Amino acid sequence: MQKKVFQLLVDNTSGVLSRISGLFSRRGYNIESITAGVTADPRFTRITIVTSGDDVILEQIEKQVAKLVDVRDIKELTSTSSVYRELVLIKVKVSSDQRQAVISVADVFRANIIDVAPDSLIIELTGNQSKVEAFITLLNGYEILELARTGITGLSRGSDNVAYFDD
Amino acid sequence: MIGADAIVKCLEAEGVEVVFGYPGVAICPFYNSILDSDIRTILIRTEQNAAHAASGMARMTGRPGVCAVTSGPGATNVITGIATAFADSIPLICITGQVNSELLGSDVFQEADITGAVESFVKYSYLVKNVNDIPRIFKEAFHIANTGRKGPVLIDVPIDIQNAALNRFSYPEEVSLRTYKPTVKGHAVQIKKVIHELERAERPIICVGGGVLLAQAEQELREFVEKHQIPVVSTMMGIGAMPSGHPLYFGMVGNNGRAYANRAMNESDLLIMVGARVADRAVSQPGLITRNKILVHIDVDPAEIGKNAGPSIPLVGDARHIIHEFIQEEFTCDHGEWLDTLKEYRNTMGTVRNPNPAYVDPAALIGLLSEKMQENAIYVADVGQNQIWSCTYHIVKEGKFFTTGGMGTMGYSIPAAMGAKLAAPERQVVAVCGDGSFQMSMMELATMRQHEIPVKIIVLKNNYLGMVREYQHYTYKDHYSVVDLSGSPDLKMIAAAYGMRFQRLENMEHASEAVDEFLSGDESVLMECIIDPYDLVK
Repeated sequence: MQKKVFQLLVDNTSGVLSRISGLFSRRGYNIESITAGVTADPRFTRITIVTSGDDVILEQIEKQVAKLVDVRDIKELTSTSSVYRELVLIKVKVSSDQRQAVISVADVFRANIIDVAPDSLIIELTGNQSKVEAFITLLNGYEILELARTGITGLSRGSDNVAYFDD
Repeated sequence: MIGADAIVKCLEAEGVEVVFGYPGVAICPFYNSILDSDIRTILIRTEQNAAHAASGMARMTGRPGVCAVTSGPGATNVITGIATAFADSIPLICITGQVNSELLGSDVFQEADITGAVESFVKYSYLVKNVNDIPRIFKEAFHIANTGRKGPVLIDVPIDIQNAALNRFSYPEEVSLRTYKPTVKGHAVQIKKVIHELERAERPIICVGGGVLLAQAEQELREFVEKHQIPVVSTMMGIGAMPSGHPLYFGMVGNNGRAYANRAMNESDLLIMVGARVADRAVSQPGLITRNKILVHIDVDPAEIGKNAGPSIPLVGDARHIIHEFIQEEFTCDHGEWLDTLKEYRNTMGTVRNPNPAYVDPAALIGLLSEKMQENAIYVADVGQNQIWSCTYHIVKEGKFFTTGGMGTMGYSIPAAMGAKLAAPERQVVAVCGDGSFQMSMMELATMRQHEIPVKIIVLKNNYLGMVREYQHYTYKDHYSVVDLSGSPDLKMIAAAYGMRFQRLENMEHASEAVDEFLSGDESVLMECIIDPYDLVK
């Protein structure tokens, strides 16, 4: 089993996300995370899927997704030639004497405090997955009330290999 | 002009001659508009068969078959037919009426989320939300259905859209699909590699699948294999790509195929699969076919290549284009010894049957039929033991052989035969089914009568769901469960009820005369053939 990040450029039609997620569920492929958003050209949506499987499965995933009529392009975002980011929001329970310590940890990670309540903080952190994991580990000593992750999105580096909207 | 008129105009622009369907309120605007057209409408008796009939027509014409049904239960009933076409890669356009678009999602009467429900069985689907999109959507739908790997496309049209006024009707000359561009031409380097392997191979064989028929590559295939004397076997869906009696044809492979065909494929050192999926029924252990041989896999669908077996040489493209490229290549290969070996296998490894003389022997009956049918006749096999006997014993000459190998949907033969007959009225069309599958489509005898579609039907009657009974014989030691068909109707009375000629054959004594009579005249006949209830296909 290995993990792969695929980036898709798809037609921004109604139901396109359900067509893609439906393909994964009916063929038994894993989705670890999926993010979608409209691109600079509103006719298209960019989707980033993190999936896992053996080589045969991963090859099939790429081919089956490519076959969908709405899919313009699919490519693998490899860790060496791409950048990945994930955004996470963490609500931590803090007493007034714990607050400063949590803020210090957040500062080290260049995270932002985006909400302060009498007994809690909401921290926003953006980074690659290992940074996010490391940060969550450091908060182990505190009570995490709620946590929301976007799943990763990414882009390949450089201007080669860009799927243009129109040929 | 309203949306419904526009749909009819689109069908006319695509050269559609027949629409199979069943109306309901939600599709009534369309059926009202089509009255003003020359397109023929066929009222099928249940929606599933509208898709099967359209499939039979598509396989005959090479263009998408069209069916149109109403919303809710009409649409859900057609799903099995769509799934069958999807599994067999048959191009269909399925139009479904839908409730008023403003009421979508509110569970009103006869509302079903059909685009959601068929998602895994269609190549693509549309829900029309703007009447002005109709020409573009239909143009795209016909293009998607009949290019690349063919398949069904569903278009769901709410009733208010069918009734809405169109600004201006103009049918697009070309499609502009940003995201859909199937590969047709084979890669030149890969083609050279295949030729190189053919030059070196001592025991080459080509295994053809339904993709060869869908690409209409039969002539090219024949020319190529005759030029280089390459033996051919086929999958179930590939039957008819080569005439069955051709000296280079060595039968159907697979768990229900010929022993000599499987042996030929196993002993080859170069296996070229064309338009076949390497699916479980044809190749039970796909891991093995790459072990001692070079596997070349040619398919228009890149996702099929490597799905079940990793080929040495993958080659994506249309079978007809690629075989045409092969013909252009000049090379020599010599494997006369291999052909002699295969001929010996064919002569010595035939199936030995010991038919019970008290009954009709299906093998002998199908043999007689093959001999006496017109050269270009269309033979449609249903699903069950009848299908395996048909695949094994029917000799395709210049005609066609249709069956559902992918989905294996019982009841396919009669509606598909109707579709084929409508597409080729001058040809003889015979449907062969069992007494189980016949009763799944028996209601279509009314359609045949109403619309004067003279299909000839053979029912191999054994009072059992024979294929399942055979499975229970082997797997559960004759512990039969839910396979007894007692209660089936008297077919003579059924034939009379529908105004059909009827024949009954109880053994082989007068079979030859009976088959002559059965095939005589261009009229529908129902011939009941009593076969041994304990007969086996293996």
